[in-house]
Amino acid sequence: MTTRDTARDTVLGRVHDALGLAPRSPVAVPRDYRRGRTLPDDERLGLFTDRLVDYQAQVHTCTSAETPATLASVLTRLSASRVGFPAGLDPAWLVDWHGEAVEDRADVPAPDLSALDAVVTASAAGCAETGTIFLDGSADQGRRALTLVPDAHVCVVDLSQVAVGVPEALARLVPERPTTLISGPSATSDIELERVEGVHGPRTLIVVVRTDA
Amino acid sequence: MSSTFLGMPARPPRSPYGEGHLRGDQAFPQAAARELGNRQLRDNLHKATRTIRAKRLAVTAELPDWEELRSAGAALKNEAMSRLPELLEQLEAKVTEAGGTVHWARDAAEANALVAELVAATGSREVIKVKSMATQEIGLNEYLESQGVTAHETDLAELIVQLADDRPSHILVPAIHRNREEIRRIFLERIPGVDPDLTSVPAELAAAARAYLREKFMTVPVAVSGANFGIAETGTLSVVESEGNGRMCLTLPKTLITVMGIEKVLPRYADLEVFLQLLPRSSTGERMNPYTTLWTGVTPGDGPQEFHLVLLDNGRTAALADAVGREALNCIRCSACLNVCPVYERVGGHAYGSTYPGPIGAVLTPQLAGTHAAKDDPNASLPYASTLCGACYDACPVKIDIPSLLVELRHQTTERTGRGAEQLAMKAVAAVMGRPKLYRAAQKAAAIGRIAAGRDGTISRLPPPLSGWSESRDTPAPPRRTFRDWYASEEGRRALAAAAEHQDLDETPEGER
Ligand code: SF4
Repeated sequence: MTTRDTARDTVLGRVHDALGLAPRSPVAVPRDYRRGRTLPDDERLGLFTDRLVDYQAQVHTCTSAETPATLASVLTRLSASRVGFPAGLDPAWLVDWHGEAVEDRADVPAPDLSALDAVVTASAAGCAETGTIFLDGSADQGRRALTLVPDAHVCVVDLSQVAVGVPEALARLVPERPTTLISGPSATSDIELERVEGVHGPRTLIVVVRTDA
Repeated sequence: MSSTFLGMPARPPRSPYGEGHLRGDQAFPQAAARELGNRQLRDNLHKATRTIRAKRLAVTAELPDWEELRSAGAALKNEAMSRLPELLEQLEAKVTEAGGTVHWARDAAEANALVAELVAATGSREVIKVKSMATQEIGLNEYLESQGVTAHETDLAELIVQLADDRPSHILVPAIHRNREEIRRIFLERIPGVDPDLTSVPAELAAAARAYLREKFMTVPVAVSGANFGIAETGTLSVVESEGNGRMCLTLPKTLITVMGIEKVLPRYADLEVFLQLLPRSSTGERMNPYTTLWTGVTPGDGPQEFHLVLLDNGRTAALADAVGREALNCIRCSACLNVCPVYERVGGHAYGSTYPGPIGAVLTPQLAGTHAAKDDPNASLPYASTLCGACYDACPVKIDIPSLLVELRHQTTERTGRGAEQLAMKAVAAVMGRPKLYRAAQKAAAIGRIAAGRDGTISRLPPPLSGWSESRDTPAPPRRTFRDWYASEEGRRALAAAAEHQDLDETPEGER
């Protein structure tokens, strides 16, 4: 038997012993907290926007048809010239924008992503009550490094994807996918508790909510 | 199967003496006296704990189902602990299925050796680290250093602490004992090539750290992390953070090594819906922390392509074997109990001598590491590092009854040590405190003790059998009214409501003395 097997069996054995010395009775988990909530579109949008803004994220709303124009104006205002996007992003989204659009590939080394001024992605879900967006690495969201290294992230969220609270939002996810929850831009309060935005992740987060999608 | 499965269960061992950071070098009263001399520490802590407390109260009040969430959180942790063997095996199977490798470590030495071996296999002499209590507990950085491997902490506060050869003083804001000017000087001295004109503006300091660490994120091929939760059902692990250093470490390196205490396992993915509400709101007082990463094994083309999970015991099974004390394993390390503790607020984290400071540290540390591994073990004094005011219990998102656990630990300590009068006195106290009615009656009777107090409000000598206690310390005169009395009164409620508005919760009871 190798040391490794021994360690495994010893630890599991100790757990058994501990529970044998002081047995626990079966536990019923009370789930009386709020779950399965719904809210009308306008209220969900209001709450989501309020919470995102509270986290220093910028919020724009538009219809699906206005997506290209909205993204073009957002990127122009950012003064971005090179913008990355994941391979699965709807190509129509960037047609109104005239800077350089760079399609990401898995073999692009992470340091190269620093050369991007911003990145545009879709999202997997949103949570109104906490102002959180969820990325799960689907083709229109790309690998995790893509939304991490560049300094600005422009994320398109469809209002239909935005759930009321955390339980409702998590229920929309596929557990096994690599998932990133984002609530506002990167921040620290480590120096005398003074909030500083943007330590390592993107310093700017812009959320475009499509109200009819 | 190990032979320990058969026959009479044996009591699992504590974390062994001499490895890691579960024991200070001074008993709490001495260490506290030393720390009390640090004015900077006290001022910073005061400001920090007040601010975080106010934010926490605001965001927990926002949720009408906060109490229901706490109950669910407590029950889920209890469920996990009672099903620990099957959940750990399930977690192991799921992580393996998803392309990860699972290792087990009985104690700190074994975990350190394992991680060092895994790092050596990659050929790297450097690792980047996400802030992790478990690796701090086992002293991983120091061990790696002894093996010629440099561990770079990437959380801003941890970086400050590491660059200053210091130790964290708070679970959540480890460098809270430092001010901006000190941090500026640390950076100027220790960060190679930093701009000599660096000012002490926090944004500029953070930018200097960003530039320094970005180079590490991009070049170091191995990361070491802890985990906030591990989901048995799916094999999913999670790290909750703010700065993005976590995302960097969990995403960019080729190899990821995660060290997780075995108590961090949760049964189901859906259970995250409870803890992702409880943790950020209790911890930083935010509705949600800026970043949370959830990963399951390896994903081709995205993130580390090699993943190792080290499951750590190091005294956790010893805590689990204690019918009362094991509740401390439910802790999700939010630090809410630190921020409401009047003792912690004054002495800070260093006085506790352990990776786990404050009220939860006073319970968890003696359980993990024991109280009699050394002569005059400093951990033996930890259960006394509390006024038993109960604020930690009210703040705890998973409803750990820390005051009762402290009383139980005191009881156990005095039973074992057998220290004459003090033992008798403490036994009596423990016996009384175990029953709330008697405890209240005793507190009222204790008010008589004021007569014996001198002008400075302390009793320097108590009659036997309590003299054994008063010989070694000044005993504060009991309050005219007990805190419980005051708390329950109309006046107390009004004062608390007013204090809540000014977030001065700690000041009022003292003024009542
Ligand atoms: S004991 Fe409770 S309040 Fe204290 S850190 Fe742990 S979970 Fe938070």
